[in-house]
Amino acid sequence: MIRITLLMVLMLTAGIAQAAETISIGSKADREGHLLGEIFAQKLENDGFNVDRRFGLGQTVVSYQALAGGEIDVYPEYTGTIAQTIFKTDDNEIDALNSIASQRDLRILPSLGFNNTYALTMKGEQAEKLGMHTIGDLAEHPELRLGLSHEFIERDDGWKGLSRAYNLPQQPTGLEHGIAYQAINDGRIDLTDAYSTDGDLQRFNLILLEDDQNYFPQYLAVPFIRADLPQAAIYSLSQLAGLINENRMQSMNAEVSAEGKSFSSVAHEFLTEENLIAADSSFQARSIWDELGEDLIRHLELTLSALALACVVGLPLSLLVYRMPRISRVVLYVAGLLQTIPSIALLALMIPLFGIGVFPAIVALFLYSLLPIVRAAITALLTVDPLLTRVAKGMGLTKREQLRHVLIPLAAPNMLTGIKTAAIINIGTATLAAFIGAGGLGDPIVTGLSLNNYELVLYGAVPAAMLAIITELAFEVLERVTIPAHMRGLKRS
Amino acid sequence: MNGTAPAVGFRDLYKGFDSQRLFEGINLELPDHAVTAIVGASGCGKSTLLNLINGLLCPDRGEVTVFGKPLDYDHLPAVRRRIGYAVQQIGLMPHLRVRDNVQLLATLEKWDQSRRQARIEKLFTLMDLDLALLERYPHQISGGQAQRVGLCRAMMLEPPLLLLDEAFSAVDPITRVEVHERFEYLQQEEKRAVVLVTHDMAEAIKLADHLVVMGPGRVLQAGSPDEIQHAPASADVSRLMEARS
Repeated sequence: MIRITLLMVLMLTAGIAQAAETISIGSKADREGHLLGEIFAQKLENDGFNVDRRFGLGQTVVSYQALAGGEIDVYPEYTGTIAQTIFKTDDNEIDALNSIASQRDLRILPSLGFNNTYALTMKGEQAEKLGMHTIGDLAEHPELRLGLSHEFIERDDGWKGLSRAYNLPQQPTGLEHGIAYQAINDGRIDLTDAYSTDGDLQRFNLILLEDDQNYFPQYLAVPFIRADLPQAAIYSLSQLAGLINENRMQSMNAEVSAEGKSFSSVAHEFLTEENLIAADSSFQARSIWDELGEDLIRHLELTLSALALACVVGLPLSLLVYRMPRISRVVLYVAGLLQTIPSIALLALMIPLFGIGVFPAIVALFLYSLLPIVRAAITALLTVDPLLTRVAKGMGLTKREQLRHVLIPLAAPNMLTGIKTAAIINIGTATLAAFIGAGGLGDPIVTGLSLNNYELVLYGAVPAAMLAIITELAFEVLERVTIPAHMRGLKRS
Repeated sequence: MNGTAPAVGFRDLYKGFDSQRLFEGINLELPDHAVTAIVGASGCGKSTLLNLINGLLCPDRGEVTVFGKPLDYDHLPAVRRRIGYAVQQIGLMPHLRVRDNVQLLATLEKWDQSRRQARIEKLFTLMDLDLALLERYPHQISGGQAQRVGLCRAMMLEPPLLLLDEAFSAVDPITRVEVHERFEYLQQEEKRAVVLVTHDMAEAIKLADHLVVMGPGRVLQAGSPDEIQHAPASADVSRLMEARS
């Protein structure tokens, strides 16, 4: 009895200790990455960890930088991508990759069980009728019509290499990938190229021909983790090894894209079926409204902090330099230069400096807000009637008193307009911050884009637009309260 | 001047702009408790002379004294608060109500509310202004009212010296007569040194106890209006005196 009690206490304290750990899980901005990230997240949550979801981190570079910089602890990646894009090596065996990864304090866990690579696909019925299973079988059926995407025809590791490796006689025609499945369905072509886990394959009853000569490079899906992840978390993620084959991934992708299920419910169903989490665990798919609420608050955090920072820096800077035409021209030039950097590029440039997440996003938005604020403030100060400054000086106002009682109040209406412009630009630009993991209303937009789900895009875009309108109105109210009617919109007195 | 220091003194004053000499060695004393009018053709440096008194301009050489003491260029705001200043374009602050325009300096000097109110009421009575104007903005009052409000602002702190740069010029002739009357009344009630720059010889002779007639960059003659009218020092002076309308 005592032993059992002791054991329970131990387990409980272990559970509490574990629960204190928070693990950041990232994913790229594509559908499959998002879904796998959600599976990782729910598995770790079930095993007692706190989880911070940082999904939708742009392309490979962004996710990898985030992992290498310690901003995230794990994200789903493919062995082929790790080898070619990240480590720049030809050997994409997991063991070989791990020896490079360990030098960077990273680790690649065993494959989840599927290979998301190029494949050739055809109608299941036709394959059965012709007795075809492998790409090699194609050599016996020169009459089959191949319609391949232009990129696949052009790539060295595409059709060119493939036809040589398997000695294939067919002459493919080029067509858009987007219409290829429909073309097979309509019987206009027999085969096309595909990604092996494409959720649409099942919808069109298409099967993959086996790459029996292992021609295509392997893109095995793996958890890519930081080596210092707690052992219990590594164990928890390793339990997913080998559980997802191409068919399984195809159908899960299809559930999200075609059936419109949420990532979290598809992930939950998978983990329940595999008995990795209890079926009755109190899972509730989070409603879109909960997520929107969080996104909205984050969006406000981003824009307001950046705006406040830009005011705190920009307004005193303007007061400091406006009397010195040469310096204020330099300031305006630098601020203008920052403005010309495309916002997505400015955000990307923040990654090597500040990593990913909220902080670099705020820095980027801050830099973006400076120009409208500084330009409006300098112009406003310069256009204050010189008579009034002369009179204020002649009356005996000190420099500080002239600023406080004459210059700033007279420049205030135009300064406020600059701040309003910055706020509205910020609200729009902040939607891009989702690409570097800062969240906000860009999250549903990024996810919606990766899912081709325009409804989801609107869930982000409409509130962002509303926020801009509300901000405009709020500034109007602020103007009404703080500035006498005859001074509003006044350029010169 | 009965042994008291002159309100303003210029000693061997040189001043130029962009390497062009305007004043070469001006020596002049302006009496206390009297209205001095500085007259002369436009461009002769009348306003420049005025702006040298409150330190808006600095002499290249020579000395400016106010009540016997050299102007303290290191503490100009404090010096200027003892020197009222009103200009032709008035320059009321458009974002402040008339009350706050008039009491701005008193507020900065931390006068309490009742002292400010008493001073405003006295000045408004002297200037024949309706107290209801206090709550209006400058664009809501007439030009003549604004001119008088400008004078009230200049005199809020009861400065012993008042500088008026064409301060009566921007109003129509009828209003100007009224403002002149209020000004003379004020000068009887609160006797102070006033330096008035004007291009209007009639105004100068009407208001001033003491005249300074200026030619380009120099003083042609200084003295009482009577003296100058009856014994002009040169043909230039008599020509200027005849130009009175």
